[in-house]
Amino acid sequence: MTLTKADLVQKVYQTHDLTKVQAIDAVEKFLSISKNCLENGEDLLVSGFGKFNVKEKKARRGRNPQTGDELILAERKVVTFKPSGILRDKINE
Amino acid sequence: MNKSEMIEAMSQELNLPQREASSIITTILDSMTDALAKGENIEIRGFGSFSVKDYGTYYGRNPKTGEQIKVKPKKLPFFKVGKELKEMVNQNS
Repeated sequence: MTLTKADLVQKVYQTHDLTKVQAIDAVEKFLSISKNCLENGEDLLVSGFGKFNVKEKKARRGRNPQTGDELILAERKVVTFKPSGILRDKINE
Repeated sequence: MNKSEMIEAMSQELNLPQREASSIITTILDSMTDALAKGENIEIRGFGSFSVKDYGTYYGRNPKTGEQIKVKPKKLPFFKVGKELKEMVNQNS
């Protein structure tokens, strides 16, 4: 089983006095606010769940694993996630 | 951005009282936590996916004393950033 956006919409719809359209909108807004925050290079701290960081990676030399050709990997940003202690404990209960 | 800033943004964008926005966010995060606690994966298009990795017992060392210690089995959540978010984070660099 995999939890998807549709499952989140269903949960919000069942537990709140909202129409289905409003529930969809709520989940979409939650995701777009999160994405915009990270897009601006800002960290996202969700207490009780975890922390999303944007890390800058410097350019480095790498290799094409298939051909062995050397190439330069341009600098880029990556998103990392660090689970909170509460989330870790719940997963290990 | 932290959770209270997120609640404020949600409340404004959805035109709902902060209490309601906060409750919606809690429902979304609780659903995600419950899924991971059950060992389920989460897949949210455009944002990313979460999976739970199982670690068996292994022997590690206390880096300070060099003493060998047994590390108990544990589970840890992993986040893999989605294509859309990955591109968003990199576009204005």
